[in-house]
Amino acid sequence: MKFIISILLTALLSFVACLYLPWWTIAIAAFVVAIFIPQPPLKSFLTGFAALFLLWGGLAIWIDSRNEHVLSHRIAAVLPFGGSTFIMILVTALVGALVAGFASLSASYFRKAN
Amino acid sequence: MRIIPLSISVVVSFFLIILLNTNWILKAPLGQLLSPQHGVWQNAEPANINYSEELSFPNLKGHSEVYFDDRLVPHVFADSDEDAFFIQGYIHAKFRLWQMEFETLAAEGRLSEVMGDKNGTLDVLNKVDRYFRRLGMRYAAEKELTLLEADPGTKMMCDAYTAGVNAYIHSLNKSQLPLEFKLLGYEPEEWTNIKTALFIKYMAYDLSGAESDFEFTAARNALSQVDFELLNPIRPDSLDPIISKGTLFDKPGIQVKAPASADSLYFLYKKDTSSVPAEPQKPNKENGSNNWAVSGKKTRSGYPILCNDPHLGLNLPSLWYEIQLQTPNFNAYGVSFPSAPGVIIGFNDSCAFGVTNAGRDVRDYYQITFKDASHSSYMFNGAWKPTEFRYEHIKIKDKPEFIDTVAYTVFGPVLFDENYKGRANDGKCYAVRWKAHDPSNEMKMFQLLDKAKNYNDYLEAIKNLHTPGQNCVFAAKNGDIALWCQGEFPAKWKRQGDFVMPGTDSSYMWQGMIPQSENPHMINPDRGFVSSANQLPVDTSYPYYIGGSFPNYRGWTINKKLNKMADITPEDMMDMQTNNYNSFAEMARPVLINNIDGQVLSDDEKKYWDMLTTWNLNGDTAEKGITVFNVVWDSLKEVILGDELEQVKADYFPYESTLAEALIRNPALKFVDDINTPEKETLKDDILTALKQAVPVLKKAEAEGKLEWWKFKDTHVSHLTKLTGLSRLHLPIGGGTHMVNASKSDHGPSWRMVVSLTPKTEAYGVYPGGQNGNPGSKYYDTFIDYWAAGKYYPLWVMKKEEMADKRVKFKMVFSKG
Repeated sequence: MKFIISILLTALLSFVACLYLPWWTIAIAAFVVAIFIPQPPLKSFLTGFAALFLLWGGLAIWIDSRNEHVLSHRIAAVLPFGGSTFIMILVTALVGALVAGFASLSASYFRKAN
Repeated sequence: MRIIPLSISVVVSFFLIILLNTNWILKAPLGQLLSPQHGVWQNAEPANINYSEELSFPNLKGHSEVYFDDRLVPHVFADSDEDAFFIQGYIHAKFRLWQMEFETLAAEGRLSEVMGDKNGTLDVLNKVDRYFRRLGMRYAAEKELTLLEADPGTKMMCDAYTAGVNAYIHSLNKSQLPLEFKLLGYEPEEWTNIKTALFIKYMAYDLSGAESDFEFTAARNALSQVDFELLNPIRPDSLDPIISKGTLFDKPGIQVKAPASADSLYFLYKKDTSSVPAEPQKPNKENGSNNWAVSGKKTRSGYPILCNDPHLGLNLPSLWYEIQLQTPNFNAYGVSFPSAPGVIIGFNDSCAFGVTNAGRDVRDYYQITFKDASHSSYMFNGAWKPTEFRYEHIKIKDKPEFIDTVAYTVFGPVLFDENYKGRANDGKCYAVRWKAHDPSNEMKMFQLLDKAKNYNDYLEAIKNLHTPGQNCVFAAKNGDIALWCQGEFPAKWKRQGDFVMPGTDSSYMWQGMIPQSENPHMINPDRGFVSSANQLPVDTSYPYYIGGSFPNYRGWTINKKLNKMADITPEDMMDMQTNNYNSFAEMARPVLINNIDGQVLSDDEKKYWDMLTTWNLNGDTAEKGITVFNVVWDSLKEVILGDELEQVKADYFPYESTLAEALIRNPALKFVDDINTPEKETLKDDILTALKQAVPVLKKAEAEGKLEWWKFKDTHVSHLTKLTGLSRLHLPIGGGTHMVNASKSDHGPSWRMVVSLTPKTEAYGVYPGGQNGNPGSKYYDTFIDYWAAGKYYPLWVMKKEEMADKRVKFKMVFSKG
């Protein structure tokens, strides 16, 4: 339950932050949520990871399908994704997930250290 | 201790953010680029995007409406000229901002700011920025701007346009920036009138910046006069000039005379051994076009038809943007240049207008003798004249700026000197005298053409065109057709400007400009049509020297067809624009066929030779004969001329038609012999050698499945950054050099237009691109397949009352607020 709620909160806070602030504020969002909802390190990492994997992956899939894959086909050839929409979406999700995962992890260690 | 895992975790977090937010480690900031709420995903427009909106700006004077049709062409109904141009600026920016910015940065020599001094293999600093700075592009734009802003009409146009562009730029937040800004990592700057002037000068460079003065000088140094004249005839035999042969010309208003010293200082055939610099880049020599207008006498409708297809580099986003502008003063439809207001090629309710490149040599070089290494003064008319210096600060991304000191002389800027050599080693100094440096206001021509009602209005409009010179075609609903070879051209003596000239005194300077009324022109000729396809404008009876190389064959084909045609319809004209007949091959193939011995060929050689002889002379998509012809002919050129031209210390090769015509006149042409061998080769030997050399090339192409013309040619439309993911490759289209359908591999008809001037105008057009410059939009490359297939869209000259028409998809309202 705690796990699910932290994932949802992390995703929501990241989304709201990114409406006004640069992309890396997802790290701050993940950190803050993990401070207020302490979990063991692994669970914390997975919270941040899952939240952004789903948020960024989901947004990318939604945008891509409304766009009928016009952009992703092109950009996936410009960036080193071998022209694959799937890879581009996957990398998008992973980028967000890793940054948020390590931020949540840091929060978990921070709480444990204090 | 939890401190250690905490530190590691925090360090990894920061490391990841830095890794993904900068180019320090990865080539691109993937975090910024892939964030769905910030990066490139934001440019992925929904396919059913709705562009309708209501906007208000304090700069607007009234209330205007823009209706976008299903091709995303905006039909602007403005209640004043000023608002129309503001709206045009806003819309150009909305759909093509990055292109506008990029092209004007390049024109100004500021590409290093966004691309760094090197980009892949391109030496941006030396081949682009320093070159355009030393050529005086900004200097030329500044002079243009002074005149442009002194005229109330053009000042109003540009001020309103600039305000519109900026209104759009100010509305953007970072996540809404066009894709390419994000990929390259920079942001747009404020638009100013000088950027419009720079764009106009960039077009002037593209169209009037071409010359071969250094190459010809190197050829002169290596060849005798007889040989030079053979390889660079002043008039090709097969010329069908723009202005028909036999036209009588006015007595010249300027009598030009070569300086007395010319024989000893200029016509130095085989006498001067110095090397020459090579320009780091040149405009594409194929920059040209076709245009023609047929009078009602020859059309089915009884009204004139005007056609134009400008030939330029094929790029995405396209150079052109389709638009209709209607105000209480004019109603014009056509293509516009993102970066400038107005309709450039198109039509209004009274007439139609279009241009082809005149291609005259208006860029000459003068050798400068500086007093010393400081360059602070140079010899001129017997005294040391002080140099004016311009310090060009070239900002470089992530590096300190480069300051280039450019010396300005009475001729113009010194382009090549010891600090900028262009591959020559002798450090000689050359100033460039380029007509584009003279003040002029080309924008006025566009302003006046858009609202021209008759021939006199058209003539008054085009008088404003000084550089680049263009063959301006005109047709009106009242039946008039006309063509003027318009520009302000230097009056030259025979071969003036073909070579570099001495610059220590005024004797080699241009002696005057040809009076406008003496520019070649044709009005309502008996033959019932006017046309131009970049061939020479006149035959040798014209009293001024016209140097340079001019393509012959499209004009020849067009005139031959138009002479025969009657009962002409717009469909006939579309067929002609997409015609693939190769007149050069018609003339040159007999040279090959009549001079080869059929029995001496191997099986491979015979196979390809048969393709050549049975070819129907059309460069159609699936034809193989044209591929064989081109490869064999290219090979033959090298075989015949390669040995003699080895001595020329430059990238010099005579114009295409020269060798063919010389061989037709005389198969025993002296060049046929290979000077490096003791035997005396004949044309038969050379053709056989050429065929033998061609065979491996053709076999390789055939093995790769690329012998068919369209695959061999491989026409493509590249994004301005050349990124293949954003480009359209391998287009199935025929045509090419020497054919009316001039579609080469990366250059060709950038717009095709046919306008029938019936009371209700019937017009057709297409360009290889799309109205939206965003690669994430479905409107990015919409028209390319149609264009490749030779199809046209009907151009809808919308009336405001038609706003409920099903073709209207979106509506933007602009009001004062």
